[in-house]
Amino acid sequence: MSNTLIKIRDVYFSWDGKRDIYAGVDLDIPEGKITAIMGPSGTGKTTLLRLIGGQLKPTSGSVEVAGQEIPKLKRKELYLARRKMGMLFQSGALLTDLNVFENIAFPIREHYEFSESMIRDIVLMKLELVGLRGARQLMPAELSGGMKRRVALARAIALDPFLMMYDEPFTGLDPVTLGTIVSLIKELNDALGLTSVIVSHDIGETFSIADHVCILSEGKVMATGSPEELKNSDSAFVKQFVNGHPDGPMPFHFPADEYTQDLLAGKDL
Amino acid sequence: MNGLFNFLQSIGAFVIDSLASLGRSVSFLINVLLGFKEVVLRPSLLVREIYSVGVLSLLIIFFSAIFVGMVVSLLGYTILVDFGGEESLGLLVSLTLVRELAPVLGALLFSGRAGSALTAEIGLMKATEQLASMEMMAVDPVRRIVAPRFFAGLISLPILTIIFMAVGVYSGYLVGSEWKGVDAGAFWSQIQNKVEFRHDIINGIIKSIVFAFVVTWIAVYQGYNAMPTSEGVSRATTNSVVYSALAILGLDFVLTAIMFAS
Repeated sequence: MSNTLIKIRDVYFSWDGKRDIYAGVDLDIPEGKITAIMGPSGTGKTTLLRLIGGQLKPTSGSVEVAGQEIPKLKRKELYLARRKMGMLFQSGALLTDLNVFENIAFPIREHYEFSESMIRDIVLMKLELVGLRGARQLMPAELSGGMKRRVALARAIALDPFLMMYDEPFTGLDPVTLGTIVSLIKELNDALGLTSVIVSHDIGETFSIADHVCILSEGKVMATGSPEELKNSDSAFVKQFVNGHPDGPMPFHFPADEYTQDLLAGKDL
Repeated sequence: MNGLFNFLQSIGAFVIDSLASLGRSVSFLINVLLGFKEVVLRPSLLVREIYSVGVLSLLIIFFSAIFVGMVVSLLGYTILVDFGGEESLGLLVSLTLVRELAPVLGALLFSGRAGSALTAEIGLMKATEQLASMEMMAVDPVRRIVAPRFFAGLISLPILTIIFMAVGVYSGYLVGSEWKGVDAGAFWSQIQNKVEFRHDIINGIIKSIVFAFVVTWIAVYQGYNAMPTSEGVSRATTNSVVYSALAILGLDFVLTAIMFAS
């Protein structure tokens, strides 16, 4: 049994104080494994990554990463904690005025006073891992979507984090690039001894590499377990989500007034 | 009764929203000012931004100053010549430019050229998650991105205003003296005798420092708080220019009343 790296306890979160995105979420993320956070769109999967990274604070509850209570950290402590976290954004979020090499060198230059030759070596090693050593002089605008994501991945591991978070890493990729990203996440996790958290709603790809899956819906954790356990689950909700049925416990319709009443009202209420 | 209640409620909501927005912008400003240390330690960041907001604004400031100086001189001459007072043209041109037109027009042009660019740049960085990715790389975007731009604006606008003053007065001289035949000695000696360095020039520069502070603050705040959508960035850019223009003109009246009314 591996240790727990991230402990989330009774977390409540709301953007506007009215509708709860999270209403008492409890979650453990084991160290050294790939954990997938899944759920329908709009359930706040990305929000969870932002809570772990301290970019958002929960309304109440505890988010503990490697023994540190993230929402209670002071600014300096939070920035120190983030040096050990890497995050891959859906868009890649590369700095558009810097080329590939400088993008990866950016966090190293910001935090360490290494010599240029050392920075060059580190950057080339990271680029080699994602197979883009030859693209180091290109600007972000010259890269395809998949290449951008690989460069962003190299940048996210530039500071040698122990925790990697992936925000929808499989969205909008062609099948070849998709396969590359899937195997890269798995290889990096195993080779660098990382703990990985993947936020996604792509069942096939995520289940193929995840050790542990957690499904969120309606502000709560609806199911957890290994991909195999979830595939064989008896829960109607899990079945609907895993098999992609349009209707079931997860309603197709957003909550609204009764249909005929709404049509006959003649105006917006 | 219900209508009155709703009306009072909307006023209350407006006041609370305005106060919350003011509070956010002041706390943002404090954060930006705390980035001063980082800017001093890494002057290369500041130099790059001074080039971007200051040097690249030179052309528009230079040409505007030429035309404004020429127009003021020409209009002044047509009025003064009726009273035989055309020898005071130098005084009229210089005081108009130094006290009022250079700081105000310089700031308005600066907000249109550099302020809007700052807002759009920071807003787009937010919309494309570049600011969020910096946070996750343990780099504070307020200190790394916003602070150098803020201090660059604060330094650039007063210098641009001084250039506006000099170019404007000289172009006014060219129209008055070379074209309309006002005596060059009278033009310059009137300026030398009547324009006081501390009262006129320094006050003009103080105005430009205040405008620089407000314009750059509005620009970076609007960009940083833009909704991360194309519409949000477009609205923030418009707000940046509109709020800056109103703030400049409003503050100009207050500063003029304090500096020159007595």
